Amino acid sequence: MRQFAQLIKTLDGTNKTNLKVEALSQYFKAASDQDKVWTIAILSHRRPPRPVNTTLLRTWAAELSNIPAWLFEESYHIVGDLAETIALVVPSSEKGSKKSLTTFLQEMIALKPKSENEKKKYLFQNWSVLDYYERFVFTKLITGGFRIGVSQKLMTRALSKATGIEEDILAYKLMGNWDPNRISFHDLILEEKESDYLSKPYPFFLAYAVEDDVSDLGDVNQWSVEHKWDGIRCQVILRNDELFVWSRGEELVTDKYPEFEAFVGVIPNGTVLDGELLPYPKGEIGTFKDLQTRIGRKNISRSLLEKIPCKLKVYDVLEWKGKDIRNKTYLERRKILESMISTTLNKQVTERSRSDELPLLLSERMQFDSWEEVAKERELSREKHSEGLMLKRNDSTYQVGRKKGEWWKWKVDPLTIDAVLTYAMRGHGRRSNLFTDYTFALWDTNEQGEKELVTFAKAYSGLTDKEFRQVDAWIKKNTLDRFGPVRSVTPEHVFEIAFEGIAPSKRHKSGVATRFPRILRWRKDKKIDEANSLDELKALIPSGTKESHKK
Amino acid sequence: MKTPLLQFTPKGIYCEQADVYLDPWEPINKAIISHGHADHSRWGHQQYITHHKNIPIVQHRLGDVNISGKDWGETFTINNVKFSLHPAGHIVGSSQIRVEHNGEVWVFTGDYKIEDDGLTTPFELVKCHTFITECTFGLPAFQWRPQKEVFNDINHWWAQNKSEGKTSVLFGYSLGKAQRLLKHLDTSIGKIYTHGAVENMTEVLRPLVDLPSTHLITKDTKKDELLGNIVVAPPSAHGSTWIRKMVPYVTATASGWMAFRGARRRRAIDKVFVLSDHCDWSGLLKTVEATGAEKIICTHGYTDIFSKYLQELGYDARTEATQYEGELSEDNTPEQEKSEAE
Repeated sequence: MRQFAQLIKTLDGTNKTNLKVEALSQYFKAASDQDKVWTIAILSHRRPPRPVNTTLLRTWAAELSNIPAWLFEESYHIVGDLAETIALVVPSSEKGSKKSLTTFLQEMIALKPKSENEKKKYLFQNWSVLDYYERFVFTKLITGGFRIGVSQKLMTRALSKATGIEEDILAYKLMGNWDPNRISFHDLILEEKESDYLSKPYPFFLAYAVEDDVSDLGDVNQWSVEHKWDGIRCQVILRNDELFVWSRGEELVTDKYPEFEAFVGVIPNGTVLDGELLPYPKGEIGTFKDLQTRIGRKNISRSLLEKIPCKLKVYDVLEWKGKDIRNKTYLERRKILESMISTTLNKQVTERSRSDELPLLLSERMQFDSWEEVAKERELSREKHSEGLMLKRNDSTYQVGRKKGEWWKWKVDPLTIDAVLTYAMRGHGRRSNLFTDYTFALWDTNEQGEKELVTFAKAYSGLTDKEFRQVDAWIKKNTLDRFGPVRSVTPEHVFEIAFEGIAPSKRHKSGVATRFPRILRWRKDKKIDEANSLDELKALIPSGTKESHKK
Repeated sequence: MKTPLLQFTPKGIYCEQADVYLDPWEPINKAIISHGHADHSRWGHQQYITHHKNIPIVQHRLGDVNISGKDWGETFTINNVKFSLHPAGHIVGSSQIRVEHNGEVWVFTGDYKIEDDGLTTPFELVKCHTFITECTFGLPAFQWRPQKEVFNDINHWWAQNKSEGKTSVLFGYSLGKAQRLLKHLDTSIGKIYTHGAVENMTEVLRPLVDLPSTHLITKDTKKDELLGNIVVAPPSAHGSTWIRKMVPYVTATASGWMAFRGARRRRAIDKVFVLSDHCDWSGLLKTVEATGAEKIICTHGYTDIFSKYLQELGYDARTEATQYEGELSEDNTPEQEKSEAE
């Protein structure tokens, strides 16, 4: 544990990528095999289920620290991280522990079904013995992931440095479902075993956003254009008459989308598709909000399946007839994909009744003669329910991770509105102790005919660190009232808020829900009277959705 | 109801009986000043009364003002009110201000710490009825380690950087923290260089306390001579062009706020040391108890939380709004220091 805590301390203490890679690869060379497997698991978000809920953790930490519960809560609001708060307030110890990381994790797994008393005893024992940083790491292992700026990519790089195995191969090995408690380092990393690979997806190829003039990409004839669909990026795998659906977050979501079981026996075995999972309420592409009603559910009811059916809009094929074809060009892969889809769908028409329609669609590939035409197509994005365009080089292979050059995303410009800052809360992680989570309001007229500010969105990104510090200092001096961690502030500052989508909502006081709101800039030039009104925001709702809301 | 001995007014803490203000933030006639930090000793008063050791600091910051000095424990009476200054242990020349009238005693702490830092006259406990305390770090999450351990870490860090052929750049406020750092750096490791703001303030303090010799970094300072040595600079120098001369360098900062990971990560600093010139949580509680005071007034820091907790412990505690900033102002180096830094 000492070794692992030291690693986390080093990773957490620097923002230099090279130092992080160096620290990790040193660790991978020195640690025991089983600790290595657990470290990989933890850094790729595969920690064991939480053995103790956070309410109990908070209660017990306050008890061991001999402070009232409210004082612990206040401290937590200010520190901004539960494990860190516990590590700070529990009386300090210098002893430390000789137990290994693996032992700790096995203890935590064994702890889950135990009684509250046993859990409490276990926590008190360890909190009292571990030194400050070990206590932080120990509690973090119980509460959640480490947000210490170590991406899977960075970890893979370090692992590659330590083992001499290529990064792409490691990325593939680390994907999918493996249990750190059962697999050995040898089996996970060092050995090749075909049977393990039945459910394994390929690493996704990701695109960067177009930064400059799109015409800088060169000859438009070299490029294909697709719409960028606003659902869940998925890999659908058919091998040995089994179906596996992986989301972009490397989560196996097969059970959540039972409609895709229809692919088995229709799409040939040895096929891996890359596409977008989209909701189709009323037979048309719905909003991301529709999809959210499906995402959170473990058990999908029949009525929900009927109300919000999902379909796969496919844009690429990575494996065909059991062979990895990622090295073929985009056009070659598309040819295979398009013929596969038309064969499959034809088979569908002849063999099944229409009510069993296969939830499979092709993401249309377009080619244009000029970048101006591409730009015109982009303007149609909102109408077509897409977020913008994807630009893919015709000769591009399917690569690993986010790479520049061959695939680009060219999103539509966000919608924007000027709103007034009305409430603030402290942030988390690196923004703890700073007021960085803001609530924004727009003007509305109430029943008495008076103008008032109505909350419409929260946002906590988009300002520079310097601006956050300025706003933070201002908030501390202009607090009107406190409600637990939330402060209401004098309405004085106007911010331009950008968002990706907008839909009517009964859950929001304003009657409107915005998607991914963030701060575009601080409009120091504007007074609060010049902020926009709620009516102006509502006018941005696309016409189709507005009508359905009235019904 | 009789007027309290000290009142919180829009201009500062006011003693009506003596017509004197303590650390006022608006220009007034007569002010008793606890210490030299900018939020406590402000510009524009007709008359300043402070401890002898604080006079050079105030003069350095505010120029030629009408100022008179007192000794620790020396009583001076203004219209039947007895005043005296007692060491606060915060920075050189920092005092608590004791106010007594008709047998009723109030103490105003300004800023204070109870650990002896080896440089500042150590904190003296003063018994009182009403205790006006700062609580910059009035949260159970703040627990300091003994400074000896922290300085071992700092010197170890310096030696380590030296062995890697790098210059160590250590940030601390130019008045107070910087001199405390200077005092305890292990000069057997190498030489100490300073930023202009730190050097100026250190020069002011040299006649008052014993400090190791320092070398001011100027245009003529060569990169090579800095290698392996340590540079003490104010936090505002971080990210400035001035620091480029130190390449290859490693940065560290010493502050109580560095107890939080978030604060560390925001600053993109290579190393942090938790070292404060204020009391930690248990230091505050211990002091409040030891004064024997029944009434506690919290002036700045986590005032609401600290006073609520004191109420639960049975004290008559409350919060009064002031314009003191404690270490909260760390991101805003006074303009004067910035210009000195250029």
